[in-house]
Amino acid sequence: MRYVEEFRDPKAAKRVLAAIARVTGEIGATAENPVRIMEICGGHTHAIFRYGLDKLTPGGIEFIHGPGCPVCVLPMARVDECVEIAERPGVIFCTFGDAMRVPGTKKSLLQAKADGADIRMVYSPLDAVELARRNPGREVVFFGLGFETTTPSTALSIQQAAREELSNFSVFCNHITVPPPIRALLDDPHMVLDGFVGPGHVSMVIGTHPYDFIAEDYGKPLVVAGFEPLDLLQSVLMVLEQIRDGRASVENQYARVVPEHGNPVSLAAIADVYEARPSFEWRGLGEIDASGLRIRDAYKAFDAEEKFGIGYAAGPRVTEEPEGCGCGAVMTGRMKPTECPQFGRGCTPDTPLGALMVSSEGACAAYWTYGGARAVEEMA
Amino acid sequence: MCLGIPGRIVEITDAARLMAMADVSGVRREVNVACVAGAALDDLVGAWVLIHVGFAMAVIDEDEAAETLEALRGLGEAQEALEQIAEGAKALAEQ
Ligand code: SF4
Repeated sequence: MRYVEEFRDPKAAKRVLAAIARVTGEIGATAENPVRIMEICGGHTHAIFRYGLDKLTPGGIEFIHGPGCPVCVLPMARVDECVEIAERPGVIFCTFGDAMRVPGTKKSLLQAKADGADIRMVYSPLDAVELARRNPGREVVFFGLGFETTTPSTALSIQQAAREELSNFSVFCNHITVPPPIRALLDDPHMVLDGFVGPGHVSMVIGTHPYDFIAEDYGKPLVVAGFEPLDLLQSVLMVLEQIRDGRASVENQYARVVPEHGNPVSLAAIADVYEARPSFEWRGLGEIDASGLRIRDAYKAFDAEEKFGIGYAAGPRVTEEPEGCGCGAVMTGRMKPTECPQFGRGCTPDTPLGALMVSSEGACAAYWTYGGARAVEEMA
Repeated sequence: MCLGIPGRIVEITDAARLMAMADVSGVRREVNVACVAGAALDDLVGAWVLIHVGFAMAVIDEDEAAETLEALRGLGEAQEALEQIAEGAKALAEQ
């Protein structure tokens, strides 16, 4: 129980942990034959490591870390395209700080900035719109990145830019959606999953119904969870109870923030500005049908891919991931970060090879920060 | 980027653009309130909201705000969000 005292309510945490141990026993799960629960969201992965939830729960539960970190699933080719846009004369390239250190084939955005490109870390796409207002002679490009939590922000920013007829603002759209990769993972015969802990803040935007297919078509339970460690434990218990009872449904542990039908204003803005791409490339997972968004023709003037003839607008392209990089296998739960031959050798947070080591929400960075370094010492 | 941070709306700054000033752990930042705007914008003043990359995405109660902040602090994500807000201000100041 080395972390339990850190919980806001250690007594409640102990109660839930006892219930988890009991239900795991009732299911008959063991360390050799565990219940496999995927937490989809990178924020949850981070919390699991931070609070040692994988150690606190009994041996019969294995956490599989899902693809829910947008920085981690960003393919190298897209980073290269960012650098290409950023290095054009006259461009101000705006990005969330998280994306700065993701390696591209030649360089990261951080290196491109050091080489002289005007790259600015912003907090919000609103900052990029403001930069476009203040710099009418420059092209301001915002690197639109993230799942449904950040998609409404770029959609609303594009709508605002359209109302103001800002002709020097565009978005390099890399928004992706949560449900399609989950379907891809469920269709993967190598992947054995018994249930899911669903993302909290994504669900605040999309509601709980986009996950119905997981229960209905695949017979797996999903529980939408909040971010407090206790929320996570409670959600794990709810998943286990469904498994024990032979049920599969979508439940909402985070109903205090997540409305069943999501946020109507956000959903309307997304639908107005974006449409599904036929397919989109995910690092480690490959192309997944209808998993990414592109800007609709009505807002073409704000689409950096169209404006600069880059990315999917430039036709098909292939980029190889670096030698020995285990990101794909880790992302699909086939390999633990520590099993990657590069972990702690060619790849550390200071010199990341894969994106999973860059973001604090990446499984490799989480392993490293909360005990992975120790694991390497033990391996040596 | 993926986790929202609680803040309190202190003032409506631009009703036409649905912009408001929020207090995020003592740091002031202008945010868009389109996603949480009800009939009367002024009703938002004093409300706690969950803010994602400069957009208020949900109205939450005070206890929820306090608990979320504590969870984010535990993860180091609260500090990260505040640093990003500061970075944003810096990017705008650059010429
Ligand atoms: S250790 Fe590095 S290369 Fe290996 S899976 Fe993790 S991020 Fe990828």
